[in-house]
Amino acid sequence: MARFGMVIDTKKCVGCMDCVVACKTENDVPDGHCRDWISQRLQGEMPDLRLTITSERCNHCDSPPCVTCCPTGASHVQDFGKVVLVDHGKCIGCKACLAACPYGARFIHPDGYADKCTFCMHRVERGLAPACVDVCPTRCMYFGDLDDPESEVSRLIATRRHFVLKPDAGTRPRIFYLE
Amino acid sequence: MNRISRRRFLKIAGFGAGAAALAAASTRRLSGAIPAGTAGVRTVPTYCDICFWKCNAVAHVRDGQLWKIVGNPDDPLCQGRLCPRGTGGVGAHFDPDRLRAPLMRRKERGEEKWVEVTWDEALGYIAERMQTIKAKYGPEAVALFSHGIGGTFLKHTLRAYGITNSAAPSFAQCRGPRDVGFNLTFGEEIGSPERTDIRNARCLVLIGSHLGENMHNTQVQEFAEANGNGATIIVADPRFSIAASKAQHYLPVKPGTDLALLLAWMNVLVTEGLYDTDYVTQHGYGFDYFKAELAQYTPEWAYPETGIAPEIIRATAREMARHRPATLVHPGRHATWYGDDTQRSRAIALLNALLGSWGRKGGFYYPSSMDVPAYPYPPYPQSARGKVDNPKQRFPFATETITTGIREATITGQPYPVKGWFVYATNLIHAMPNQEETIRAIRALDLLVVVDVIPSEIAGWADVVLPEATYLERYDDLNVETFRDPFIALRQPVVTPPADQKPNWWIARELALKLGLGAYYPWHDIEEYLDFRLKGAGLSLAELKQKGLVRGPQQPLYFEDGVPAEFPTPSGKIEFYSTQLKDAGFDPVPRYTRPADGPPGTFRLLSGRAPVHTFSRTQSNPVLRDAMDENEVWVNGDVGARLGLHSGDYVRLRNQDGVVSDRVKARVTAAIRPDCVYMVHGFGHTSKGLRSTFGKGASDAQLMTRYAVDPLMGGTGINVNFVTIEQGA
Ligand code: SF4
Ligand code: SF4
Ligand code: SF4
Repeated sequence: MARFGMVIDTKKCVGCMDCVVACKTENDVPDGHCRDWISQRLQGEMPDLRLTITSERCNHCDSPPCVTCCPTGASHVQDFGKVVLVDHGKCIGCKACLAACPYGARFIHPDGYADKCTFCMHRVERGLAPACVDVCPTRCMYFGDLDDPESEVSRLIATRRHFVLKPDAGTRPRIFYLE
Repeated sequence: MNRISRRRFLKIAGFGAGAAALAAASTRRLSGAIPAGTAGVRTVPTYCDICFWKCNAVAHVRDGQLWKIVGNPDDPLCQGRLCPRGTGGVGAHFDPDRLRAPLMRRKERGEEKWVEVTWDEALGYIAERMQTIKAKYGPEAVALFSHGIGGTFLKHTLRAYGITNSAAPSFAQCRGPRDVGFNLTFGEEIGSPERTDIRNARCLVLIGSHLGENMHNTQVQEFAEANGNGATIIVADPRFSIAASKAQHYLPVKPGTDLALLLAWMNVLVTEGLYDTDYVTQHGYGFDYFKAELAQYTPEWAYPETGIAPEIIRATAREMARHRPATLVHPGRHATWYGDDTQRSRAIALLNALLGSWGRKGGFYYPSSMDVPAYPYPPYPQSARGKVDNPKQRFPFATETITTGIREATITGQPYPVKGWFVYATNLIHAMPNQEETIRAIRALDLLVVVDVIPSEIAGWADVVLPEATYLERYDDLNVETFRDPFIALRQPVVTPPADQKPNWWIARELALKLGLGAYYPWHDIEEYLDFRLKGAGLSLAELKQKGLVRGPQQPLYFEDGVPAEFPTPSGKIEFYSTQLKDAGFDPVPRYTRPADGPPGTFRLLSGRAPVHTFSRTQSNPVLRDAMDENEVWVNGDVGARLGLHSGDYVRLRNQDGVVSDRVKARVTAAIRPDCVYMVHGFGHTSKGLRSTFGKGASDAQLMTRYAVDPLMGGTGINVNFVTIEQGA
C-alpha cells in the first residue's frame, strides 16, 4: 500500500508562488485563503547571505495530531496513500485541528468545514501529479510513494541532504526539502 | 520566518477574530444551476496574454464556467508549465473591476466621471473627432501607443487613416538600449523571447537581472535547469535577489557602476590572455584599439567605483573564462537605468564577444521563424512629414519610435502638432517616467482614446474608454514566433465576455468602417482573416483551433552546426571599435562615467518585478491579488535600525522633487545595500475604478520624476531618483 509524500528541491525553487496560484484555481480555494504558501528565511550578512525558500502545505504527517484531536472523526487518514483528509460532511468546524496542527496548514472554509491540502487526491486517483507539482516552472517538486524504494521521491531522499519542517513536533511530516 | 503569501489574519482567524474576512466567499464561483448542455469539462487551446511572452496554454471550462488554465505540453516556450501570472490568468475574466461598457467623459479630463454609451455612439464620436483632426492638422497628428499583439488591428486601422507615429514603451522605457547596444556590436538584436541559450550555459552572469522574480517563463525554467545542472551563477545586483540567492558569486555592486565592473572584467580577460583569441581574431574588428582603451580599467581602478574587491573581480572573470564559450553574460531586458544604458549594453555584448559566446552553445543561439504570408491589404497612405519622436535624428541610433518623443512633441507642437492619442493596453501613466509631463501632453490633446480591459490610470484621463474583451474571450492575430523552436500559434475565445466588452479586431474594424476605410477590411470576421493567413502557410484555422500551435523544424542554432558567422555591422565583423559611434560623436569603445550621487541622507530608488504581477496591469486580478496585494519598500537593516523602522511599518517615500508616495510597507532586510531602496513596480493605483487595489502599496513610477535620456537612442533611465523615508504613515 502506497504512502504518498513530497520532495521539494530548495536549490531550484525560486519562490514564484506558481504552486500557490495553481492550487487556488485547481481547488477553487476561496479568496483570502490558501492551501499552500511560500516561506522565506534569510540568514547572514551582506554579502554572505543565505536564503531558504520553502513551498509549504499540509505535511500529511505519519503522526497527525489533527486527526487524533478531531472529536467527530472528520479528520482521518485514508487508506489510499495514507493521505490525511477531512470529511466535509462530518466536520463541525470546531477548529480543534487548526489549533493542533503545528504548521498552520488548515483553515475554515467559508462553507464551515476545516480545509487544507489534499495532495490533490482527485488528480492522483486519475494518475496525475498534484496541481502544484505539475505547474512548478522550475520542476523542483516531486510526488510519489515513500514506501517504494525505487520511487523518485525515495531515491532523492536517500541520496540528497534534506530536512523537514519542525522535526521536534513529533508529527513525522512527509514533505522533505532538499538542501 | 517571513510568510509572504499567507495573510496574517489567517493565523488568527481560526480563533474568533477576522470573521468578516472569512465571510468573503470566492468571487470566482457563481452559484446557481449549471446551464443546459455545459456540464463537464471542456478544454480550449490558446495563448496567454498576461505578459508578452505568449506561452501556449490550455484553458479548462467546467460546467460552462472558466475554471483553470495550464501550459500546453506541445509548447516549446512553456514546456507545459505556465508562470504564476499565466496560471492566475483566469482571474482576468472574473476581475470585478473590469470595464464593462464604452464610457465617455462628462467632466474634466482625469476626473473619472463617465456616461455609459453604446459602441455606435462611442465609435461615431471618435471617428468624427479624427476627421476633424485630419482636416485641421493632417492624419499624422494622431499617434498610437500600443503594447502587445492585441494592438495589431488597431494599428492597421490607424495606418490606413494615415498615422505615422506609433510606439510601444517596450523600446524607450525598456529593452531599447540593450537591442541597440547588441546591434552596434554584432549587427543583430537580442529580440523577444531572448535568444539566450540559458539551458546550455555552464556559467551564467546576471547583471541586475532578477530571473525568478522576473518571470519570463522560458528564461526562468532554463535558469532552474542550468542551476540544477551545476552551472556557475554570478549575480551583480545591489539587492540580494532570488537569483542572487542561487549564485556561487554574489557581487553587491554599487548602483549605477555596472559599466565599471564590466570594463574591469574585460580588462582581466584581456590582460591575463583568457579571452577566446581565435574567435576574436577571426570575427573581431578594432580589437587593438579596444585593448588599449581597456588598459586603464584595472580591478583596482574598479574597486572604489563598484565596491567589489579586485580579487573577486579577477576570480569571477577567470570563472567566466573557464567555461567559455558556454558562458552567457545575460543582456537583461528592462535596461533603461542610468542614461548610458546603450553603452553598458554594448559592454555586455563585448564581454560576450571576448568569451566567444555569440553564436555558440550555451551563449546566444540563432532563432528562426516559420513563414506565414501577411494578409494582402491595400497599401497605406504615404506621408512626407515623417515622425515626430526623433526630429533631425537627434538620437541617431534609435531603431524604433520613442514614446517619450511623441509625448514631447505633443507638449511643444514641434516638429508638428499631435492632437490625438490612441492608447492600447499600456498604462502610460505608470509606463513612462515623469507623470506630470504625460498629463501636460494629455491636456494638449483634442482626443484621447483608451482601449483596455481594466480602468487603468491612463483610462482615467481618456475622452473615450473602450472596454476590451480579455484574451480568454477573443481571437487575436497569429503568433508567428521567432525562437529556438519556431511555431505558429492561435489565440481563440474560451468563454464569452461577461458584459459589453468587444475584441480589439472588432473595435478596429468598426472604427475603420466609420472612417470610410472599409477597403482595408476585405474580411468580415476574424476567422476569415486567420484562415486566409493560415492557408497561405499550408495550414487551416480548423487545425489550429484544435491544436493551438503547429511547430516547424528546428534550424541550425549555432556556428558549430552550420549557422554562417556573419555580422551585419558596417565592418561585417564584431565591432570592438565602432566607427559609426565615432562618426556620430560618441565613444567608439564604451567609457565609464561615475553616476551622480543623490543629496546626503537620500536613497537611490530602484524598482523591479514580482513573479505574480505584470507591470501595472494585474493588481486587480482577484487570483493574483490574493497572491500579492501590495508591494513593499526594501530598506537595509542598518538603515532601519538607525531610523527605528521595522518590517511591516508603513512609510511614505519623498523624492528629490517633493513628490510623496502612497503608504507602503517597509521590509527591513539585510538583503539590500544601505545606499538604495527597492520596490516592485505596478502598485499604488490611483484610478477610482480599480476599487480592489486602489491605495494598496506605492507607485515607483510616481516617484520617477527625473529620467536620464540615453543620447544614442532616446531611452529614459529611471534609476536616477532619490528618496527619503517618512515614518508614521
Ligand atoms: S512553483 Fe515551484 S519554484 Fe515556484 S514557489 Fe512553488 S515550488 Fe517554488
Ligand atoms: S501538517 Fe497539520 S494538518 Fe497536515 S497532517 Fe500534519 S498536523 Fe495534520
Ligand atoms: S510568461 Fe507567464 S504571463 Fe507571460 S505569457 Fe507565459 S504564462 Fe503568460
